Amino acid sequence: MSFLKKLKEKITGTNESVTEKFKEGLSKTRNQFTSRVNDLVARFREVDEEFFEELEELLLQADVGFETVMELIDQLKLEVQRKNIKDTAGIQSVISEKLVEIYKAGEELDNNLNIQEDGLTVVLLVGVNGVGKTTTIGKLAARLTAEGKTVMLAAGDTFRAGAIDQLVVWGERAGVEVIRQSEGSDPAAVMYDAIRAAKNRKVDVLICDTAGRLQNKVNLMKELEKVHRVISKEVEGAPHEVLLTLDATTGQNALVQAQTFKDATNVTGIVLTKLDGTAKGGIVLAIRSKLNIPVKFVGLGEGVDDLQPFDPEKYVYGLFADGLEQEENDTDK
Amino acid sequence: MAFEGLAQRLQGTIQKITGKGKISEADVKEMMREVRFALIEADVNLKVVKEFVKTVSERAIGQDVMKSLTPGQQVVKIVKDELTNLMGGEQNPIQFSRKPPTVIMMVGLQGAGKTTTTGKLATVLRKRHNKNPLLVAADVYRPAAIQQLETLGKQLTVPVFALGTDVSPVEIVRQALEEAEKEHHDVVIIDTAGRLHVDEELMQELKDIRELSKPEEVFLVVDAMTGQDAVNVAQSFDETVGVTGIVLTKLDGDTRGGAALSIRSVTGKPIKFVGMGEKMDALEPFHPERMASRILGMGDVMSLIEKAQENVDEEKVKELELKFRTQSFTLDDFLDQLQQVKKMGPLEELLKMMPGAGKIKGLENAKVDEGQMGRVEAVIHSMTKQERITPDIINANRRKRIAKGSGTSIQDVNRLLKQFEDMKKMVKQMTGMQQKGKKKMKMPGFDSFFK
Repeated sequence: MSFLKKLKEKITGTNESVTEKFKEGLSKTRNQFTSRVNDLVARFREVDEEFFEELEELLLQADVGFETVMELIDQLKLEVQRKNIKDTAGIQSVISEKLVEIYKAGEELDNNLNIQEDGLTVVLLVGVNGVGKTTTIGKLAARLTAEGKTVMLAAGDTFRAGAIDQLVVWGERAGVEVIRQSEGSDPAAVMYDAIRAAKNRKVDVLICDTAGRLQNKVNLMKELEKVHRVISKEVEGAPHEVLLTLDATTGQNALVQAQTFKDATNVTGIVLTKLDGTAKGGIVLAIRSKLNIPVKFVGLGEGVDDLQPFDPEKYVYGLFADGLEQEENDTDK
Repeated sequence: MAFEGLAQRLQGTIQKITGKGKISEADVKEMMREVRFALIEADVNLKVVKEFVKTVSERAIGQDVMKSLTPGQQVVKIVKDELTNLMGGEQNPIQFSRKPPTVIMMVGLQGAGKTTTTGKLATVLRKRHNKNPLLVAADVYRPAAIQQLETLGKQLTVPVFALGTDVSPVEIVRQALEEAEKEHHDVVIIDTAGRLHVDEELMQELKDIRELSKPEEVFLVVDAMTGQDAVNVAQSFDETVGVTGIVLTKLDGDTRGGAALSIRSVTGKPIKFVGMGEKMDALEPFHPERMASRILGMGDVMSLIEKAQENVDEEKVKELELKFRTQSFTLDDFLDQLQQVKKMGPLEELLKMMPGAGKIKGLENAKVDEGQMGRVEAVIHSMTKQERITPDIINANRRKRIAKGSGTSIQDVNRLLKQFEDMKKMVKQMTGMQQKGKKKMKMPGFDSFFK
């Protein structure tokens, strides 16, 4: 049985609606990417050097990044040699298999949030400007509340105009309390207050917003380190999760972002937002293989429930769904 | 994780070519491979890269290798010139309507920075064009987007027209135009909601706003960090709403900004402004040449020079020059120098802007020790006037006193005095060298600021 079919069986066994959401959210991405892969396969009968060159370009255009693409192509070439694949039919499943393999890097990943059994869990969101931190927090709060957790939000973006109001609106939507101070106050002080309040009210999860900052602003990164420090002083082992929010449209700079934010705040996971556009989010592969930071959630739309846990198999399935259907049709014939 | 610039990438290939009289086709092919890599790493769209490489190859093949340049440098120069050409063209800032009010529409993806840019643009219009703008809050979707614009309006004392989130954006714009006429605003800036270019419903809304308000300018606001997808975004927005200019935001980050080239070559529309910071006056005109250097990873020398010019007092420079020449350079001047450098911003930032700085051995990961600078300042501050002018009088007792007064150790004081001596020696050599026209010098005394 081909890898994709196995994948499909594995997924359809689990949660239909989530898979649908992935398919739907990624439809724009998929249409572009897979139709190109199909096109490629159709044009080339044989798997030769030229085929690989075209494939390489396809992956580069998905923002996968140079080194990762080279790595993947090398591995594919080996695989093709090993299995003695001559024609391009069936190469799709080999490609997606390799993509998942690169992503997993040989280890089973736990994509779940590190929520404490008892006591307070603190989740800190960091990232550059305009990636969707506040929106993600709103969605995350709704998600955790639906799971039966009590949630509180800390309005740590005291810099950008209207940021606090934005979080308050999301708090109302999710029905959770927002701890806030006035604009321009020290974000570390907001965190301190919020942790106190969260402890007093015995909430399960405190999600902390921070102001967007470009990773090369030394002073702002220092400020973030301070916020991190204050949180870890007040709650042992906190922050239990530091989620770096990345915009799927971002190119190679996302790697630098991941590296710098990891250095400053010990990032534990990534939220990849705006994946419902035509951006392919291929940089995820590069970040995973170079920095070993897993993607924990993806943003697939503007609705409250459009934040979904990231599953590399579903992600790749989403990318290749059209290819799979075609492959099935071929075997039916 | 600094990406290699084009110049470094070309090193290997260049070595093979040096000594040849002409650049052969094979050489060019090899070098163009590197150019391709460099551009892709800078996020230039692959299709754009291919086209570009083709043009450059044609220009490079068969060119004589000039004596003054190495072949590699020449290729870099051709690449840079072509890039600059592509991004250049007419530098028309803002088109104003002959019949006011001039309407400017801001469009783009979510999180590109439309609202912030709207505020910055209002500042530019008022300060440089002497206009009286009205800002229109037409983003009824994102929570608190209206509050954000209103807060900015308050900060800048620019009026904001808002009708809450229950009125349709088209209706908001209609009423805003009436208001503008009544209140004699000569410019109206419409801040629309961020939207995906594939969201047909919301793109239709933009079309409707456009038809109603007949804008003179439609600015597409694009995040400079955008990857390969930039072409799709720009193309869709241009096809549906007809973009007249581009604003590139978050360029104060460390992205190469290849999106600029992609968008420019796909839409053919000029890049009118770049966002260079979070403050409301951080909107600057676009410089094609600087952008070209940046995309190629060649360092932004012009920005560095400008930054220095902005912060360095001309008078003081002249004074200093005289002191150098007459060798009457004192510790006070040394302190002055330190403070001038500090004013330019964090040293690490400055280093990043210097071409090749990332390549110097040991410097690629250099953390600038700003604390050390603080100690030096403290030491000098603890000296008497006389001591600063004639450091020779600083004996053991004085050293002890200075160390105590500045909260440092005697070693720190010794180190500074030694540095100052070295610097003086160096200055002597430099002034000597100037006549000979040699140019081998090193910033003296600044080594110790690197850990």
